[in-house]
Amino acid sequence: MTNTLPETRIEDPLASEVDRDVDSWWKIRLALTRRSFRENWKIFRRNKIGVLGLVIIAFWGIMAVMPTIFFVTGFWNPAVYDPVTGLELDPPTRTMTMVERITDPNTEIDRRAVLLDGRIPDTLQIGDTFELPLQPAPPDSRHWLGTDPLGRDILSQLMHGARASFFLGILAAVVTVVIGTTIGSMAAYFGGFVDAALMRLADLLIMIPGVALLIVIGAVFTFQLWHLAVVIGILSGFGGTAIVLKSQALAVKVKPFIDAARVAGGSARHIIFYHLIPNVMPLSVLYMMFTVTAAIQSEAVLSFLGILNTDTSWGLMMNLARTQGYLLQVTDFWWLTIPPGLAVTVLSAAFFLVGRGMDEIVNPRLRRR
Amino acid sequence: MIRYVTRRLIQMVFLFLVFLTVTWFLLYILPGDSVALKYAGNPNIPPEAREVALERLGLDKPVLIQFRDYMFNFFQGDLGVSFNQYPRPVIDIIGERLPRTLVLFLTALVTYYWAGFVAGKYLAWRRGNRGEMAVTIGGVGLYSMFLPFFAFMLIWFFSVRLGWLPISKFLDPEQWRDAPFAANQVFMRLFWVTLITAIAMFAASFAGHRTHSRVLARILRWGGGVLVIAGFLFYWFGTESGQGMRVYAGDIAFHMILPVLTLTLIAFAQVMLLTRSSMLETLREDYILTARAKGLPEGIIRDRHAARTALLPVVTSLVLAVATVIDGGVVTEAVFSWPGMGEILISSVLSEDIPVAVGAFAFIGILALIGHFVVDVLYGFLDPRIRVTEHG
Repeated sequence: MTNTLPETRIEDPLASEVDRDVDSWWKIRLALTRRSFRENWKIFRRNKIGVLGLVIIAFWGIMAVMPTIFFVTGFWNPAVYDPVTGLELDPPTRTMTMVERITDPNTEIDRRAVLLDGRIPDTLQIGDTFELPLQPAPPDSRHWLGTDPLGRDILSQLMHGARASFFLGILAAVVTVVIGTTIGSMAAYFGGFVDAALMRLADLLIMIPGVALLIVIGAVFTFQLWHLAVVIGILSGFGGTAIVLKSQALAVKVKPFIDAARVAGGSARHIIFYHLIPNVMPLSVLYMMFTVTAAIQSEAVLSFLGILNTDTSWGLMMNLARTQGYLLQVTDFWWLTIPPGLAVTVLSAAFFLVGRGMDEIVNPRLRRR
Repeated sequence: MIRYVTRRLIQMVFLFLVFLTVTWFLLYILPGDSVALKYAGNPNIPPEAREVALERLGLDKPVLIQFRDYMFNFFQGDLGVSFNQYPRPVIDIIGERLPRTLVLFLTALVTYYWAGFVAGKYLAWRRGNRGEMAVTIGGVGLYSMFLPFFAFMLIWFFSVRLGWLPISKFLDPEQWRDAPFAANQVFMRLFWVTLITAIAMFAASFAGHRTHSRVLARILRWGGGVLVIAGFLFYWFGTESGQGMRVYAGDIAFHMILPVLTLTLIAFAQVMLLTRSSMLETLREDYILTARAKGLPEGIIRDRHAARTALLPVVTSLVLAVATVIDGGVVTEAVFSWPGMGEILISSVLSEDIPVAVGAFAFIGILALIGHFVVDVLYGFLDPRIRVTEHG
């Protein structure tokens, strides 16, 4: 309606009043948005599961911001706490006595002895004692979650990993929603050939196992984090999300106000972007949450397998623990595996929980009466 | 119904052609000369020998000719030769790996689907219980569990801590040192015997469902089940060929427990949550109120009236679950070093064994397509509305 108003403004005796309205149409929309937001928040708040998810996301959000604060205030020295290049130069040590020198590690099966090889000065004799630096070191007052086999702080890596996950998840979700709503609304509005072509494409995309495809694509290209986000966004946007949003847009398309807009001379583009998309938006926000879950999981799996090209991520922390052989020593080296594994699980579960909480807003039949 | 099935079948074949084309171009052409480099990039190889090698692989021809040859050969069952295991044809590798993946996949699919549906049914029925929120959060936690982490925790608990189950791999080499059989021979025997048992089981239970007499149904279901299990045990303990293979087959089955458990637990939560919300919607329907008003027993309302309708959306969700389980299977195989399609896909991709990678990905695609096709047909069978509207 807004684009027809400027013409009436010229002859209208109440021009000044309408003029004010025209200038403030976005204010009206904002007020409406705020009101519906407040109402939806009331429904959402009643659902404890969604609120729990939101609390977890807020917690990880704070975690993602923390390293910047720590570095700026000087609480953390970047040389020690940097997630990639940091190194604890003064690790805890253990006093050891040399019992035997192994010349050829291949003939000896004792793994610990082989691990020590190379860290002991050559001048040492049997019976001498020496200080052996412990790396990975267990949690202490300086490294609250210990250090990894390369002497880097686990907590710092965990926080930077949270940042990477948020970046990836949100970028993937935005790409998904932009593509999904546009494609879904277009397919619903135009119907016919456009609809058939787009939906067959969606059929193909939901059938392809995503992780297998990402592994194959990862073999061909050097994958950066944002590449992955865009690929996941495209796959999900043209695939499952488009199908769901199309069925929603079909329901909106038959409403009288769409006909009214068409009679008033609205172009296809105008109707799709100003009338259809705002009305399928709530559902697409819901699917955004599920995309975030999928994106975080795929990223973790790919970097765990060593296919992704990133500096810091939770999957990479697990990958390091695996390649260095600490993965199954859970009781001895729990700080190498449990924090990143739980972090991936908890954060992706949180987005899923928020999605389920929103499900009750979008789909009133699920509400408890 | 037949027209519907043929229509879907033609669509599937078309989709597969598109899929294979994209995969081929993605892997053969986009990396530039990586295929040629991998095979003949070694500077120690004299140029003449390199040319001969490229010519023998057909890599000197124009791209479209190569593509045409690949497609023709593909449908004649020739997928090229592996680079890393040189003279071995790709189809041979896949023929060995595919049944192993199928077993993992089918066992997990049947288990998780059944368990998830039953759990979701009871969860919706007992809505408002104090435990409900805990179960939902647990379900979501399980569903979004980071698979490698979860798998390693299970391995750590069951294999390292308790020492009950093997850590990984397909079999125990110590035990197989002087085995009179090849591993694949034993595995295929295990595969067929289990498949026949499962089909017989299903047939007995289905026959039980179809009869109207309650007593007969019970006899068919329980008697049939006992008979089939007795036959299964008789094969392994009574017959000569079964007795010889028993130990080795048992070893393979023993190595399968943990991967199947992992895959099942991860996928189970998804079906449970879906059944729950679908069931909650169904319980709102008027006919449930009618059934209550008639004074029917709770169990009958739950199982016969509500659960059957609630099943429909869950079957639709299987369409998406097929891809999820295949994905989960790829990761599970990698974690457990289970020599299946997913494991060969990852290792071939990481070592740039392009022919194997294309073949493995194509067959994973076929697996997904067949899964979708079965679910589609099943859905058309369950819901007549789909068949009717799709005709137009």
